Amino acid sequence: MYAYDEIDRTLVNERVSEFRDQVKRRLSGELTEDEFKLLRLQNGVYLQLHAYMFRVAIPYGTLASKQLRRLAHVARTYDRGYGHFTTRQNIQFNWIKLAELPDALADLAEVGIHAMQTSGNNMRNVTSDQWAGVAPGEIEDPRIWSELIRQHTTLHPEFSFLPRKFKIAITASDHDRAAIKIHDIGLRLVRNEKGETGFEVLVGGGLGRTPFIAKTIKHFVHGRDILSYIEAILRVYNQYGRRDNIYKARIKILVHELGIEKFSREVEDEWQHIRNSSLQIDDEVIEDIRSRFTYPAYEKLPHMPDELRQAAADPDFEAWRKNSVAAHKVQGYSIVTISLKPTGKPPGDATAEQMDALADLADKYSFGEIRVGHEQNLALPHVAKRDLPALWKALDKLGLATPNVNLITDIIACPGLDYCSLANARSIPIAQELTRRFANHELANLIGRLHINISGCINACGHHHVGHIGILGVEKNGEEVYQITIGGRADENAALGNLIGPGVKFDEVADVVEDVVEAYLALRERPEELFIDTVKRLGVEPFKERVYATR
Amino acid sequence: MTSPLEQKKIRIAGPSVVTANRTWDGAVVYRTAAKDWSADLSQAAIVCNSDDAKALLAESVADDVGAVGAYIAPVQVGDDGKIEPGNLREQIRRTGVTIGQPVQA
Ligand code: HEM
Ligand code: SF4
Repeated sequence: MYAYDEIDRTLVNERVSEFRDQVKRRLSGELTEDEFKLLRLQNGVYLQLHAYMFRVAIPYGTLASKQLRRLAHVARTYDRGYGHFTTRQNIQFNWIKLAELPDALADLAEVGIHAMQTSGNNMRNVTSDQWAGVAPGEIEDPRIWSELIRQHTTLHPEFSFLPRKFKIAITASDHDRAAIKIHDIGLRLVRNEKGETGFEVLVGGGLGRTPFIAKTIKHFVHGRDILSYIEAILRVYNQYGRRDNIYKARIKILVHELGIEKFSREVEDEWQHIRNSSLQIDDEVIEDIRSRFTYPAYEKLPHMPDELRQAAADPDFEAWRKNSVAAHKVQGYSIVTISLKPTGKPPGDATAEQMDALADLADKYSFGEIRVGHEQNLALPHVAKRDLPALWKALDKLGLATPNVNLITDIIACPGLDYCSLANARSIPIAQELTRRFANHELANLIGRLHINISGCINACGHHHVGHIGILGVEKNGEEVYQITIGGRADENAALGNLIGPGVKFDEVADVVEDVVEAYLALRERPEELFIDTVKRLGVEPFKERVYATR
Repeated sequence: MTSPLEQKKIRIAGPSVVTANRTWDGAVVYRTAAKDWSADLSQAAIVCNSDDAKALLAESVADDVGAVGAYIAPVQVGDDGKIEPGNLREQIRRTGVTIGQPVQA
């Protein structure tokens, strides 16, 4: 866990009292909406379809149990009793009253949580692997670097008025769980021949209207130089990035238009000027941050405790364990993913009761720590294997033991037309219908790893481009229509999906997905060949034929 | 963002109302003939041509303290005078999300 320092706490508290004053002046009419809008956006407050939506940052996805309890408190006290975990390690509340927002912010500030830079054209929440610090084989805990960048870029004047929003993601594992290739800057921790820690730097990824997979701009930037290198990228972006057209303002467009070679030359030039400046990071700074991340006092535990051996006889437990429990870097411990995708429910939602109960379970079984991943699930990062059966029972009682992690019903979906003022079509009801269609866990397991991602408009908040099956809602003659792509992925081999044919109506989406899945089951060479690999081998044609032959 | 009033022309395709979100709590509201806001669609002032729509919107936007984000939304008016939302988006704003109750433990 990370312990915030005094500077952070003072800053956050000052922001809350500032905002309290601004809200007061807005409600009295002293500030017009035009004047107020930027101020509310700076505090994570959007106006959505039904009400104000409030977005809270969970830096690199790490939460202490008392923070999760406080999020539950906000859901219960100021909202309708639930919150929505998003694809960007944020949580959103959908119905908060403007008049009560300063109180909600103050309550969150007490436990070191805030909403700064969750909106607007600035550096957004730096995201990372939800298994950071516990995944076996990672180079180093990527959150140390996420935190360094967070500190450097928070309220940094140069990064506060960028041409457009800016997102950085960091991973330290071979398997990329942070989707770094669809971020403005993606960082992968690596070691050079001398054993020094540094980064492979990728740039220009992003989804939305014009999706791009990020390109490597430099294979190794030493850790001590990472801030100056990022700053060099941002300066080139600030200088050349388009501000005339909101759709072309992202760095991905600039990288595409200049070409990665020219772009990287510009960055290199800039970097040489600033690299040996005060931006160079002293070892002490990193050490200080490192020392603020505390790890639990792990016990020496057996690899296969009796409790686990006995529980293995229960097929329901096994079904859950197989998909939800992952290896931990410390023997005798596991990482447990908690599916927020129960059958028929909106992906990513959790009630205040569930959040409270999870905070208790984290205290009991995971040293008080919870993680939030970009797939809209949670995780307990340090569970002793002997506790797995007891934890499973407790999760099951809360409706949080759906054994579907990474399976077809582990769907990412944006809020879509049910909440979002930009939406063209609904997303959540499509996800709900699909979770009902594939509710049979045996079938889901037979299908194996398969990610469905759904967005309600081209902004791609639901990552539809990189879903193994991607579903994009559009509007046609006042009706919801859904375009379906296959073959996208967001991991270390990130790729954009390909359209399989004309859009289909709301009621047809689940049938089409069923057809695609049946085609896959018939076409795969062996049960171990994953959907994504079959698509890679055969392309879209056979799937297209299957889906449109009868339509 | 361009204010809706800066649009050169406002064209409406049928009966319409002005809707917005109430400033202090964000609730969905409709502009009434009495130059006020109501959460009840049946209280909304109906406009049927573009000039009236423009005038109603201008008057609504001027009340910046009462509600925010005012815009013109289509409605259907039945023979009995009953007002219904004119599209799915407005239907959802009126009756709430279509996804059933939020997750329950
Ligand atoms: C409900 C309020 C929301 C609004 C108004 C909103 C707005 C937007 C817009 C305008 C973009 C496109 C920006 C661009 O690429 O230029 C975008 C992208 C994105 N949003 Fe949202 N969004 C909302 C909710 C969410 C939620 C709930 C999630 C997660 C479930 C999310 C995650 C994302 C992600 C991952 C992108 C992709 C950006 C990229 O890769 O370039 N957003 N959003
Ligand atoms: S993808 Fe579109 S509909 Fe979905 S949350 Fe983003 S902006 Fe809204």
